[in-house]
Order: sequence, then structure tokens, then C-alpha cells
Amino acid sequence: MGSCSIKGCCSRASEWAKPVKDGVTVENPVLAHALGICSALAVTGYVATTLVMDAALLFVASLSCMFVSMLRSVVPGRVRLIAQMLIISTLVILVHLFLRAYYFDMSRDLGPYVGLIITNCLILGRCEGYAMRNPPLRSFLDGLGAASGYALVLLAISLLREPLGHGTLLGKAIMPEAFEPTMLVSAAPGAFLAMGVIVWIVRSIWPEEISDEHPEAGAQ
Amino acid sequence: MTTETSIGGLAVILLAAIITNNILLSKFLGMCSFIAISRKMRTAVGMGLAVTFVTFCTAMINYGIYYGVLVENAPLCRTDLSHLTFVVFIMLIAAFVQFVEMVIERFSPVLYINLGIYLPLITVNCAILGVNLFMIDPDKNFNFAQTATYGLGSGIGWLLAIVLMAGIRARLEEADIPRPLRGLGITMIVTGLMALAFMGFTGVVDL
Repeated sequence: MGSCSIKGCCSRASEWAKPVKDGVTVENPVLAHALGICSALAVTGYVATTLVMDAALLFVASLSCMFVSMLRSVVPGRVRLIAQMLIISTLVILVHLFLRAYYFDMSRDLGPYVGLIITNCLILGRCEGYAMRNPPLRSFLDGLGAASGYALVLLAISLLREPLGHGTLLGKAIMPEAFEPTMLVSAAPGAFLAMGVIVWIVRSIWPEEISDEHPEAGAQ
Repeated sequence: MTTETSIGGLAVILLAAIITNNILLSKFLGMCSFIAISRKMRTAVGMGLAVTFVTFCTAMINYGIYYGVLVENAPLCRTDLSHLTFVVFIMLIAAFVQFVEMVIERFSPVLYINLGIYLPLITVNCAILGVNLFMIDPDKNFNFAQTATYGLGSGIGWLLAIVLMAGIRARLEEADIPRPLRGLGITMIVTGLMALAFMGFTGVVDL
């Protein structure tokens, strides 16, 4: 980051960037903790739907973490899961209505999977694990970082699945005429296999600090 | 396409929900718990049965709420409240799971201790909310009996998938898997192969 005349500015900048950067690489929630793959794999058949889903996730994750953090001292312990889900549901409804109003075709393509962001373990995990203990701005960045990591994985999967499964990219045909799209890739199994391959590649590149224990199942 | 409410029609929905439209292997729902819990067969079966029960019951209750209150010109509320569907459904699921947890704690403390942390985890199981959202799909136009059957079938389908996975993972413990593939990677690939196998049933029944 070059020469910085203001003392401490660079270290503070990188301090803010750390949650985001970590969310993408080392602490990538999908690859490290297998969180939240649930609903979003369904939309990875096309890059366009994946991008919309990514945007929705970034919006919901960052803002819900921020709001949960702002309310963390007033929510009683017993109902905190319900409170978090209320906040997340409200944001998801906003996204859903926005899509239905302005991008109806896309909303129909995504189907009920936008609504399923509510039960996305990733967002709930970050709310519970980070936002309940940290100030709002950091929680916002943490949510953003975790969702970014997730978004990148989904994007990678869709970049594998759309060309191979449909022969197109963002709707435009890019494969040669003679190419026959494979149904294996465009249908459900393709998503799982693509995800497995991506996990394989990423874990080969960054093998340190990746645990394959799901945090919830830790007590076995 | 509306199937009739005869026993045959319901059997078709049941079979389709379990096999051809398996909530996990073709609709990708319920994976978080699936990956975490399928390590041991006993917990897998327990979780699967719990999910089946909750899915079956909440599908019926939410059907009643949706068509009784939320839609336009419903018997209990004239205004269109369907934009609240997400919140109402998930709140009901959370409340129901809480209720089940209390009942189990009261009547079978052994079961309560065995299920441990997994009971609250059922609330956030995408499969349950997913089934609830799929059943109100206007393309399908289910009536109550069909919804109940669909809920039951989806739960059983999820149970089937998780039990199969637990069995496979027990075998995988002995296998020599490359380090980057261990854990999540191989689970995904195995799930893909399972989904492929279930895809072979496509066309046997149509939902």
C-alpha cells in the first residue's frame, strides 16, 4: 500500500479489510465449514441467476449482521434465534418483493430459493457467532466478507455448469456448434460434482487452517 | 398438473416426493444438517425421523394458515397478506420445533438428551421451509390431502438420503482419500453420485 504518511492508517485499513479478505480465503464459510450450501446450489445452473443470488446474499448477510449487532444488547438470550430470523426474514422479503416488482422473469427463475436465504446456515451462523459479540460496523464487514466468499464459490460453480451444461454464458452461446450440452452437468448431480471439484482445487491451494468439522456437529 | 385426490393419486405424490423429486438430491435442500449429521448412523436416523415429523406437521399447519389467512379473500382475513408468507412460515416452524422440544423433554428425557443440539437445528433446516414454500406453488395447486402427503413424502425422502449417506460415510472411513478431498469434497462427490442414481428414476412417476 505504498508510503502512508498518516501513522497507523495503513494498519487500520488492513484491519478493516481483514474480515472481508478472510471471509474469502481462509475462513471461507462454504469451503471451510460447509455452511450454507443448501439452497443456493439450485440456482448455479446459470451464471445470471447466480449473480442475482449473490447480490441478494451480500445484501441480506451484511445488513442482517449489522442490525443483529445493533440490537445485541436488548434481545433476551432465549429468543435470540427467533429475533435473528425475524431480521433476516424481513430483509429477504424486501429482496423478494424488489425482484418481483422490477425483475419479474428473474424472480420466477429463482423461484422459492430467494425465500430460502432465510434458513441459510451461513447468515445465521455469522449472526450468532460474530454479530452478537461485536460492534455494528465490524459485523457488517464480517457479514459482507462471509457472503463474498460464498458468492465467489457459487460463481465458480456456475461458470463450470452453464457452459458445460447449456453451452451458453450469460445467455450467449459460446461453445462450438457441434458441442452437445451434458445433462449430467445441467441437472442436480452436476452441481454436487462441480462443488466437490471446486472444494478439491481450493483445498489443494490453501490447505492450512481449513477444518472439515462442521461447527455444529463438534460435540459428537 | 393436478393429480386426483384418490389413493392412487396420493401414492403418486408420495413416491415422487421420496424418489424422483427428492428434496435433498434433486432440490438441494437440507444440506447443512445433512453434511454435519450423516457421520453416525444413529444420529442420522434420529434426525431424519425428527425432520419427517416436523415437515409433515408444519406442512399441514402452514397450509391452513396460508389459505385461511394470508391469501386474498381468505375466510379469516380479506386483505392480501401473502407478502408475509416467509415470516409467518418460519415463525411457525420455529414455534413448532420449540413445542416439540418441550414435549420430548417432558415425556422422554432420554430421547431429549440423545438428540441434544440437533433439535433446535431442525428449525433452520432449509428442507422444511422449502417444502412449505413448494406446497403453495400455484403450478401445483395442491389440496390439503396432497399437501400432507407431499410433506410426509419429502420428509421420508430426506430421511432416506441421510441414512444412505451415513452408511456410505461409514465405509469411507476405511478408504484412502486424498487429503484435499477429505470431509467436504468427497461428501459432495458422493452426494452427486447419489443424485445421479436417483435421477435414474425420472419418468417413473411425475409430480
